[in-house]
Amino acid sequence: MAGGQERILRRRITSIEATKKITRAMELIAASRIVKAQARVSAAKPYSEKVTAVIANLAGGGAGVDHPLLKEAEVVSNIAYVVVAADRGLCGGYNGNVLRMVERAIAEDKQRGIGYKLILTGKKATSYFSFREFDIHASFAGFSDKPNYSDAKEVAQLVSALFDSGEVQEVRLAYTKFISMGSQQADLVQFMPLQANDLGSDAASESAGGYEFEPEPAEILDSLLPRYAEARLYAALLEGSASEHAARQRAMKAATDNAEDLKTNLTRIMNRARQDSITTEIMEIVSGAEAMGDSSSIIIDDLISETLESPFEGISTIANGA
Amino acid sequence: MRVELVSPESVLFSGECSQVVTRTVDGDVAFLDNHAPFIGALGIGETQLWADDGVIALAINGGFVEVSGNAVTILSDDALARADIDMEAAQADLDEADSALSADNDDDKAALAKKWAATRLQVGSAK
Repeated sequence: MAGGQERILRRRITSIEATKKITRAMELIAASRIVKAQARVSAAKPYSEKVTAVIANLAGGGAGVDHPLLKEAEVVSNIAYVVVAADRGLCGGYNGNVLRMVERAIAEDKQRGIGYKLILTGKKATSYFSFREFDIHASFAGFSDKPNYSDAKEVAQLVSALFDSGEVQEVRLAYTKFISMGSQQADLVQFMPLQANDLGSDAASESAGGYEFEPEPAEILDSLLPRYAEARLYAALLEGSASEHAARQRAMKAATDNAEDLKTNLTRIMNRARQDSITTEIMEIVSGAEAMGDSSSIIIDDLISETLESPFEGISTIANGA
Repeated sequence: MRVELVSPESVLFSGECSQVVTRTVDGDVAFLDNHAPFIGALGIGETQLWADDGVIALAINGGFVEVSGNAVTILSDDALARADIDMEAAQADLDEADSALSADNDDDKAALAKKWAATRLQVGSAK
């Protein structure tokens, strides 16, 4: 019956309204967190810039050209992937983009006979790869929202140990670059060994030489390179978190707008259904009354005029009368 | 000269200083204006920044210092200004490290922890 349909629609509208409230709240929360995350990205920049500059100066001074972290391996048989994804979903394509990119890269390596090791951050990364039965070397979770330096340190130490042991000859870092509020891009970069152009060879040549070192340059480099790795990973985690919030804000805004549209449409359909049912009832009564003959048509005329004045009360009166 | 003290998460100090005293792994060093270019690894110890409005003392646990072009940059993961030092926690860490050392005299980690705790106590108590 038409009345049943109307009730179902009303229930759906209520549920959409509730969903809209949730997505709207998530949108606002994400929006407020982007600003904070961005501030953290820029606060972390001086450190990594300075570390990079010092390494460039050291390398420019001739130290540690033989350091394994600075030298490309001749034969690469295993590549480690450090994947930066989120702990929570509902952020559009944020997780999917990074994860699919890594999956594709691993598939390409496989064709060339190169093995992989996965170091995952974020619950979504872990569930994605464990569902597809990949071999996961290590996974971290619980800090994608707001990564701390100590989190980056923990991951970086594990990665460095893996690289130092010679189990992998290359480490790649997959994360989402924060380009602007409206644009984030999944990016796969070489993390270890460090590439010469990462270190800004211009800076090195400009100020090379003339430095006093305490202790020996090689020794300084030994403790500086792990820190560089940490700082770089930290920067990636921070950018990832800013991107996550931006992606979530956009996804939730789209969801809120969509809920609004759905609500408008459903309300329209519901009103039409209500009007239809009223019209049908009137038609039934009128045709029923006409079939009964002249005597009753006068009463029906009265009733109809009453109905036009106050349609809802009229209906029940007619229905009872009929 | 220009001095910047930078931690991974933020810039802790940035300004003009007349003198910087810090401790590398080999010993104390002091920088005055126009010091020769220098790169050093920092040990555990006290760092003093002689700023215009007084000396700022910090406890520093490892890091790097670079001097070039009349600017000093100190990079540290672990730098605590005097006001931020939790004396009770430092004392507790010291006691803990001491007991670990009495059990095993070669415990390098405990030795470092002891040094760091002692440095914090020293910097925190000096007025």
